[in-house]
Amino acid sequence: MSAIEGHRIPTIPRGVRLHEDKVRGMWVLLAPERTITLDPIGLAILTALDGQRSFEDVVTGLAAQYDAPVDQVRADVADFVTGLADRRILELV
Amino acid sequence: MPSTAPAPPIAMLAELTYRCPLSCPYCSNPVEMARKESELETATWIDVFEQAARLGVLQLHLSGGEPASRRDLVTLVAGARKAGLYTNLITSAIGLTQRRLAELDAAGLDHIQLSLQGTDADMADRIGGYQGGFARKMQAAEWIVEAGFPLTLNAVVHRQNLHQLPEAIDLAVALKARRMEVAIVQFHGWAMLNRGAMMPTRAQADEATRIVAQARKRLKGVMVIDYVPADYHSDYPKRCMGGWGSTGLNVTPDGLVLPCHAAQTIPSLEFENVHDVPLADIWYNGAAFNAYRGEDWMQAPCKTCDRRTKDFGGCRCQAMAIAGDAAATDPVCIKSPLHAKMTALAHEFAEGDTPELVYRKSP
Repeated sequence: MSAIEGHRIPTIPRGVRLHEDKVRGMWVLLAPERTITLDPIGLAILTALDGQRSFEDVVTGLAAQYDAPVDQVRADVADFVTGLADRRILELV
Repeated sequence: MPSTAPAPPIAMLAELTYRCPLSCPYCSNPVEMARKESELETATWIDVFEQAARLGVLQLHLSGGEPASRRDLVTLVAGARKAGLYTNLITSAIGLTQRRLAELDAAGLDHIQLSLQGTDADMADRIGGYQGGFARKMQAAEWIVEAGFPLTLNAVVHRQNLHQLPEAIDLAVALKARRMEVAIVQFHGWAMLNRGAMMPTRAQADEATRIVAQARKRLKGVMVIDYVPADYHSDYPKRCMGGWGSTGLNVTPDGLVLPCHAAQTIPSLEFENVHDVPLADIWYNGAAFNAYRGEDWMQAPCKTCDRRTKDFGGCRCQAMAIAGDAAATDPVCIKSPLHAKMTALAHEFAEGDTPELVYRKSP
């Protein structure tokens, strides 16, 4: 896991979108030549990205929402965001 | 028939037309192509997109031929997006003006995949068989990125342009592509006529694998590279289509529904048309889709092989082409009794004299 500076804004770029797959009863992230199945945690993280909130805002928001330790949430979100950013599916603005 | 019901498809390749201003010798379209008069009408395509979305398709690839040769492309994209599909345009960019790109943008097009035949006009225009094509492509790439579309550059590499691979990767980065596909030429359809002119040597194929591996490391977070390794020069077959009738389907310009784009090379298969049969029926019950689903159709050595759940016995069309039996083990596999023949064939094509290219003809 690489650290993400708290003020960076994780963003879903053009050409990537959240989609409710009603046939399979789940949420997916659609990207160029990729379909990523989302678990409830992934969906919660991506739903929190509004193009305005910083990484740290997203972390504290999710920690409060799920009543979870901030450090744990920060590590999980950083892992998730880094994994997708390395594949150009999310961007850090 | 498979013992359990198949899962719904994820992707659909819609070959909107076989017409194309380019005439790439490695084209995977069939040697006999449907004509313009028999192409599906706008409303039929949109109905097919809606059926596909209801069936479970998430990703739609608009291809051809050159999909921009369809005058109704913008309407088709809008229809596909309205149906809820992620919409990807696979294009040579010939026929894409700045104005048309703006219209496609407004229609909701998600992504553009641009083909690259070479890294300079000499190479690209010779392979594409279209003078001035390279310059127009580079201009279009700029417009695509300016308009905000995510861009994938798709480079088909073969014996005649493989030395340009490092430049092609640099070019993709310079064009601000988020993603690149490097595909060593695959031999289906028209490309079968050019095996002797285009097949890379095994050393070239290995070199390409090294170049891609290095570039992936260097460009992590900058550009993603997907890689299709060389046909013929492997020890195990490709995981064709992720398994026959398991993840994707293909609709031809005149409405035939195929399990893969080369499936018409298997003469025993009969294909149904979207004019006659609902798409879901074709997917779940079509004889061609069920022909090689699951494992019941497999012969020795596939039938008892540990790899059968990984590669599904390889490519059915390649088994047809080389072994003369679409249910045989893909002759690329080292366990195939025909593997030695395949190796000899690859050597002959790759090391022999280079014949003239046979350019694809537009229908």
